[in-house]
Formats: sequence, structure tokens, C-alpha cells
Amino acid sequence: MSVKVKREYKTVESGPFDYWEELHPVVRKNYMKWVSHSNPRPGLLINTAESGDVLYTVRAGTQRQNTVDTLRFLCDIADKYADGYLRFTIRNNVEFMTPNEENIEPMMAELEAAGFPVGGTRNSVTSVAHTQGWLHCDIPATDASGVVKSIMDELIHEFRRAEMPAKVRLSTSCCAINCGGTADIALVVRHTRPPRINHEALANTCEMPKVVARCPVAAIRPTTVNGKPSLMVVEEKCMYCGACFGACPSMEINHPEHSKFAIWVGGKNSNARSKPTAMKLVAHGLPNNPPRWPEITEAVKTILYAYKEGAKPWERVGEWIERIGWPRFFELTGFEFDEHMIDDYRHARTTFNQSAHVRF
Amino acid sequence: MSTNGKDGANGSNGKHGANGTHGGKDGEEKFLNPTPMLDNLETGEWPSFITGFKKLAERTQKPMLRGIMDQLEYSYETNMGYWKGGLVGVTGYGAGIISRYSMIQDKFPEAKEFHTMRFQPAPGSHYSTRNLRAVCDIWEKHGSGIIATHGQTGNLMLQGIEESKVQECFDDMNQIGWDLGGAGATVRTGSSCVGPARCDDTCYDTLKLHDKVLSHFTAYVHRPELPYKMKFKFSGCPNDCVNSVMRSDFAVIGTWRDEIGVDPEGVKNWIDENGMDTLVNQVISMCPTKAITLEGEDLNIDNKSCVRCMHCINVMNGVLHIGKDRGVTILMGGKNHLKVGVMLGSVIVPFMKMETEEDMDNLVELAETIIDWWDENAFDHERIGETVERIGMKRFLEEVELEVDPNMVNQPRDNPYFKTPY
Repeated sequence: MSVKVKREYKTVESGPFDYWEELHPVVRKNYMKWVSHSNPRPGLLINTAESGDVLYTVRAGTQRQNTVDTLRFLCDIADKYADGYLRFTIRNNVEFMTPNEENIEPMMAELEAAGFPVGGTRNSVTSVAHTQGWLHCDIPATDASGVVKSIMDELIHEFRRAEMPAKVRLSTSCCAINCGGTADIALVVRHTRPPRINHEALANTCEMPKVVARCPVAAIRPTTVNGKPSLMVVEEKCMYCGACFGACPSMEINHPEHSKFAIWVGGKNSNARSKPTAMKLVAHGLPNNPPRWPEITEAVKTILYAYKEGAKPWERVGEWIERIGWPRFFELTGFEFDEHMIDDYRHARTTFNQSAHVRF
Repeated sequence: MSTNGKDGANGSNGKHGANGTHGGKDGEEKFLNPTPMLDNLETGEWPSFITGFKKLAERTQKPMLRGIMDQLEYSYETNMGYWKGGLVGVTGYGAGIISRYSMIQDKFPEAKEFHTMRFQPAPGSHYSTRNLRAVCDIWEKHGSGIIATHGQTGNLMLQGIEESKVQECFDDMNQIGWDLGGAGATVRTGSSCVGPARCDDTCYDTLKLHDKVLSHFTAYVHRPELPYKMKFKFSGCPNDCVNSVMRSDFAVIGTWRDEIGVDPEGVKNWIDENGMDTLVNQVISMCPTKAITLEGEDLNIDNKSCVRCMHCINVMNGVLHIGKDRGVTILMGGKNHLKVGVMLGSVIVPFMKMETEEDMDNLVELAETIIDWWDENAFDHERIGETVERIGMKRFLEEVELEVDPNMVNQPRDNPYFKTPY
């Protein structure tokens, strides 16, 4: 029996944490008044302000799934070398800013010694944007954190150096919702079978009209099973997106064998040179193979090193492919272009070659 | 300040992530059960989340952490996830806690509950160690001690707490200035680039606008009353470092209307240092609109043709500069695959000044008009980009009273099938 204690405290709906006091004093002094930046070596950024002040930023990779212990260690580094301030990038890197040039070397050495690799700037392969996975998500078919650890163990030297033609962004997602986001190379789970329906649980746990409405191809219909209302899936229509599973856990889409990986390339958010582009499918049906997912890492390396070899300076993966053409991309990587890579969903025609521009 | 920072910190023994050792000396009784699959992820040089979890568990001896490791190991063995959602919240709010109950509680009762609390960090994800240490202390007191830095939408995610402790934890966090983020059909936590804190390319104060917009919509963040999620992201320039174009429904990207700043002396020095061939091959010929020509050693930029892509400024930083008449471009409708396929945001406002409080208020007012329109017109679980695609951009622009502009399209329509008043 729990006894309700009267709550005295009154919530303050304060929104985002106040940022001003969280900024390094040199940042506050030169706010909005920066004139140039440079990246003299991997893991180091230098920013110069109108006032002549110079700010050094050291960047290091983290495991994203941190603990109070790892964060306290990063706080120790910040207190020791960066006047008690730090920040995180959207790709889970940690950054320390300091006006003291002499702090750079010891800070980098201490981070590296503690296992936080220094790098991830400019033309590097930086940390992988990724999703929650089996640790916490309710609909994951894999564990993105483990996939990322496995890939980055093999690519850590590309994080520490900056030797790619341009920056390379990777992402990993545990289902087709793709929370990892668009990237130069993205690894996204794709289901390959319609959901199995748990009719016993469905009527008690799911709001059926919502599940029907959730399906993008109208493949879900009401039905009666053993005298109880339930749902059915028209298997010819279903393309295994898993949207119904998000609305109803009785639409069991995850499968230990049939949930596979697909690889997508050429996504780009930046407007530099070419317009932002969505990523495109270049491989599918790869095994979901914990704890190390070797097939995924191998495929990423194949694409990455073909790109490194062939791209011109500043060309992102998608821009490189745009120049050399898709036939050449498949030739260089040894991946197979198959009929499933020809779009047959909405917006499909925008992806067809409506010209006689053909490469041999 | 930290309760036990030194003993368990990855850095204190210099072995973080670099090898397979974990808490406790060989031969000693271990708190954790064996996790042979997960232990595979302790080798290799990249920081290991498994090593971090194990050290935390051995130090704090929290049963929840042992249960989590057992269930995660089981997921690795069986290739399946075992969490289901439910309803957990704090007084007055309808969102912000992601509830997780184990589907296999009989197997791993210690991991029965593992809820996550999403908190909104300072714009730009800046922290003082005073603040971050205070968060760690509160979280160690009430929760598992696992923290994701950060979620893909930008939340600081405190992962692993029991329902009975959620309110106390929130109250402690709220008293030091932290508020929950969004989840479900809400305005979600925002995200902003480093912007004015450090970058010379930023065309507006991303941190301030982020703060202003999310503070204004705080009721929508905490109460799921919208058709579906609505995400705001703030990038200071078209390099779009927070990936706003595809990761947000409402992308605010800095830009300028006047001319790119050129330092003629600097150009000459740059050529001396990098070579004329680099200038031609990596700058001039990569300009997407062929807006740069060379006369002797002078760069001529046709600013009327320039599309503000940032490439030449990125390559020749310090020599070429963003213009002085700055503001933002707003792109709306970005989202990922579900349900109509991936969509990038598209221009709904080509340029808007973003310097004064009044400029920022104008943006907030526009966002409110747009959210109201979406709320009235959307189907359940429909993102605004999908609503506009279904109903038509023409009608959307008319109803939210935005002026049409050729910058909104790649080209005018190429079919004649439209209705005009008669």
C-alpha cells in the first residue's frame, strides 16, 4: 500500500535550460563577433573574434550511451583544461573550449589515454548518429549502439585523421522509421515479412481504427478471429514498413531471422555546392548479426574506400556518385543493382532517368 | 560535488573502452551476471558503452542495472527487443517520460521498469560542469545513472528509472532549472547549431531564437494535443549543421541578401598559399551557379546568381565572408520515411530579418499560425509536410497568408490543370 504524500513543490514550465550561464566566458565576451575559423589538425578548431581573442576547441568521440561516471570524467577534463565548460555536437562528440593554447596537448593526451579518441573534425569519418536499440526502444529490430561500436572500432583511424575527400556522415537505425537520419552512408533495418498478428492480445491492447489508419498502403482490415474482433493484413499489399507495430505491439513485425539490414548512400543535409539530397538504396537483405555485425562493417568499408579513392576534394559521397554515375558506383563497389532499387512508391517518377544520358 | 566520480570514472584508470576489463578484481565476487555476448563489445578502441555500463553497475550495485544487462544480453542472443510502452508522467504534464516495461519480467524482474526522462538542454547543448555534475548527482540518486548525450531530436536522455521515483527526480531537476522535452504528438525539443557561440558563419542568433520559440510553445511541448510531432531546428547558415532540412518540420536556416564579403588582399595571399589550380578546381568550378569568374587575381562574384550555398566561403574561410544584410530562410515539411516516403523541407519564406526581438516575435507568430492551420487540417498522425502534400502548397500558402515567391519552387508547374477564379 502506497501512501500519497502531498506534493509541495510547484513545477516551473521553464522550457530549454538557460544557455547564457552555460557558455564559456570567452564565448560570452565575443558572442556573435567571430571573424574566422580554421582546423589546423584533426580534433582541433581555432576561432578568432573581432576583439582578437582566440578560442581553441578540442573535439573527442564518446559512446553516446554514457553514464554519470563517464560524464563526471568529462567534467573533470573540462574543469582542468576548459574553465569548467563543455558541449556536445549532434553526432555525440564532446567539445572543450579554451583560450589557452598550452592546454591543447595535455587535454588531448588525457582524453586519448582515457579512451576518448580525439578527432571527428573536417574531412574525417565522424561519430555515427544513431538510435536507441534493444537497450530502450519499444520497436527496434537491432541494437544500433552495438553496430556503431563495431563499425567505429574499424574506422577509428578515419575519425582521428581527416583524410577523406570531404566530411563523411554515417547513421544507423533500428527500424525503417530511420531515427538515425539521412547520411552519406546509412545502415537501416528493413523488415522483409508482413507482421504476425497476436490475435489474443490485439483486442485488449490496440485501438483498431488507429492501426488501420496507420498503414500507408491500406493493407490492414478489420476481421473476426475465434469470435473476437481483430485485424488482418493483406499480404500482397504490405511492404513491411512496420508503421502498424508502432501503433500496436500485437502487429509483430520484428523477426530474429527476417529483419535485415539495408544500406543507403548519398544523403546530404548541407546546401554546400549541391542541394540537400535524400539517401538512396544500394544494398538490402544483409544479416542482422550481433554482437559484431561483420557484414555491415565490411559493406561500409567497401563504399568508403571506393569513395576515398575516387572522389575529388570537397565532393560528398552523393556528389561523387552524381559525377561518376550509378553504373560505375555499382561496378566499383561490387554491389548488385536489382529490380527492387527501381522505385515503385509515391514520387517514383522523379527518380527515373528521363533523358538519353546513359553511361557505359 | 560528485558522489563517487573518481572511483568509477572511465578515465581514472586509463582503461576506458580500450580493453575488456571491468569492475572488480579477478577472482572477486562480481555483482553482474555473465554477459558473454555483450563482452564482445568491450574489445576495440572506440569507447565501449558496455564497459561504461558494467563499471557503473559494479560501483553502484543497482539491481536495475544488473537486470538491464541481463535483458540486453538476452536480446543479443535472441535478436529481438523486449520493451513495451505504457503511461508514466509527472503532475501537470502529458509528455516527456518514455515509459518502458519489460515484456519478459518473469525472466528479468530487476529490469521490470526502465523509463526514460527526456530533458531539454541549453540551446547548442552547452554545459557548465557545475550544471552537468548536478544532473549526474540527481540522476544517480533517483535513476540508473545511464545518460544518452543526446537523443536524435536533441534531448538529454536520462535512461532507466522506476515510476515511483519519476516525480521526485523531476522536481529535483526542475528546481535547478531543467524542464522536460516533448514526446508523441507535441512540439518536440528543439536543436540549434553552435552558432554565435563560436562560428563566424552564423547569420542569426540560433541559441536565442531556439530559446524563444521553444519557450513560447512550452505548453505544446508538455501536452500532446497536436495531430503528431512538430520539430523545430535552427541552423546559423546553409551548411545546416543541425540537419534541419530533413530532421525538422520547421527548419530555420540563416542566410543573407547582400553581397559575399571579399578581402582582395586575402584572395591574393590565399592563391600564393594554395595555388591557382586549387582556386580554379576547388572553388570556381565547384560553384553551383557558375557565379564566380576570375580577372587576373581578382575574384568577381555575381551575387545576383549566387544561391548562398556556402561552398566558396567554406573553402576560403577568412577571405570570403557571409554578407551583412542577414536573416533566415524557412523550410517546412522535412521528415523521414513514414508514411509517404522521405521528404526534405521546402522554402515557405525565402527571407526574413532575424535581428531584433520584434523579428523573432514575427517568426513565433508565423509558427503559431502554421501550427493552428495544421491542427485544423491534418489527419491523425500526419506530419505537416504530408498535410501540405495532400491539401496542396497553394492552399496552404493562401490560408496562412504567406506571399508566393518563385524561390519556393524549382520551376513553375509544367501541367495546365489548375483552377482559377471566374
